Amino acid sequence: MRELLWHAWLIARKDLRLEFRSRTALASAFVFTALVLVVFEHGRDPTAVPTIDLAPSILWVTFSFAAMLGLNRAFQAELENQALDGLLLAPISRTSLFWGKFGANLVFVALVQIVGVLLFILFFNVPVWRVWLPFLLVCALATVGFIAVGTLFSAMVVKTRFAELMLPVLLLPFLLPPLTAAVAVTVKLFAARPLSESAGWLRLLAGYDLAFVSLTTLLFPATVTE
Amino acid sequence: MTLAQRGRWTTIGALFLLAGIYVRALRYTPVEVHQGLAQKIFYLHVPAAWSAMLSMGFVGLASILFLMLKDARYDRFAAASAEVGTVFCCVMLTTGPLWARPVWGTWWTWDARLTLTLMLFFLFIGYQVLRGAVTDPSLRPRYAAVVGICGLILLPFIHLSVYLFRTLHPMPIVLKPSAPSLPAPMLVTLLLSFGVFTLLYVGFVMQRYALGEGATDA
Repeated sequence: MRELLWHAWLIARKDLRLEFRSRTALASAFVFTALVLVVFEHGRDPTAVPTIDLAPSILWVTFSFAAMLGLNRAFQAELENQALDGLLLAPISRTSLFWGKFGANLVFVALVQIVGVLLFILFFNVPVWRVWLPFLLVCALATVGFIAVGTLFSAMVVKTRFAELMLPVLLLPFLLPPLTAAVAVTVKLFAARPLSESAGWLRLLAGYDLAFVSLTTLLFPATVTE
Repeated sequence: MTLAQRGRWTTIGALFLLAGIYVRALRYTPVEVHQGLAQKIFYLHVPAAWSAMLSMGFVGLASILFLMLKDARYDRFAAASAEVGTVFCCVMLTTGPLWARPVWGTWWTWDARLTLTLMLFFLFIGYQVLRGAVTDPSLRPRYAAVVGICGLILLPFIHLSVYLFRTLHPMPIVLKPSAPSLPAPMLVTLLLSFGVFTLLYVGFVMQRYALGEGATDA
């Protein structure tokens, strides 16, 4: 188990190092997040719907789209010079490879979410800091399972035609349960309701994470061949 | 007799029985007091939903078996079941709004079961788009199986997540802990229709599977 995690860490570190060296995807995702927030702000009538009512949906839709950008890139880089074949021939298990990619994607999305929340507070004047701890918990729970499925699918779609289009087509139905739950909990948090009121949603998110992290770990070896 | 021929005869038989269901539903089954004639669509809509769910169940099951046994027949079966499931989804998504407009006063609402079936439809579409988009034929069955299994596991979560919202849909009247609350003639028509739609599913899948057998993987 320790070896498995160590190899996963090595893969994640490699991916993140590549990302921090070029910063192309990360910078694009930050700009994309900011632009989506601006577009949402200008695409609504502020006199008709109060910001606080719309804010959770805006935030989570922005996060979801930005995550999709990051996921597309996870296996794209491995196609150049048959780097993926190199990884598959390396003496590491497929599970380590998947967890490494999954971990790097989680860090990528977490960074985008941090920038997204800061911009969200700035643009929409929503006092997120008052509920930062439960909000952090919701972000983590709503992101983990979805990113696990996204990582699995991104390993497949890189070998298809229209890869950029294939990922959202396959992945968006899987976004529905975490998105619905995350928005429902965030609405309650922003309305200063206690987290205990959202216990059902939180259980759903935890169940989703557990089910899909296990399932994707099991299924990943079927998506890669030397 | 080949599989395709057997499938064709099964489908023809099922279509005749479907005509019988129309006659029984319109002529020999009482009109529901509150919904009027619009309720008759129930005898098509609910069994179509059943067949669509059955299709997804078999796609998931065949996908698991394919990944375990690497037998191409399971992949062909999953592909056939997904295509047939898409057709039943279309029937369900067409008949639903036709019934909803006079009864609910709206074509569409984001109710639990509506959202679930719409997502089921998108899963079927995604599954088939992926099959078409994989350039390497040796990868196609494996990728499709992965999506098939994930889709099967997703459905209960979508159901749960949308069920936590208030629902407009009629509550279960047949499959519920207590005895069915549907009057006997209506229940018999519905159960017969379930049987006919299952037979239609079998006939369609047999034909589509036979077509897949003849086709090359390229």
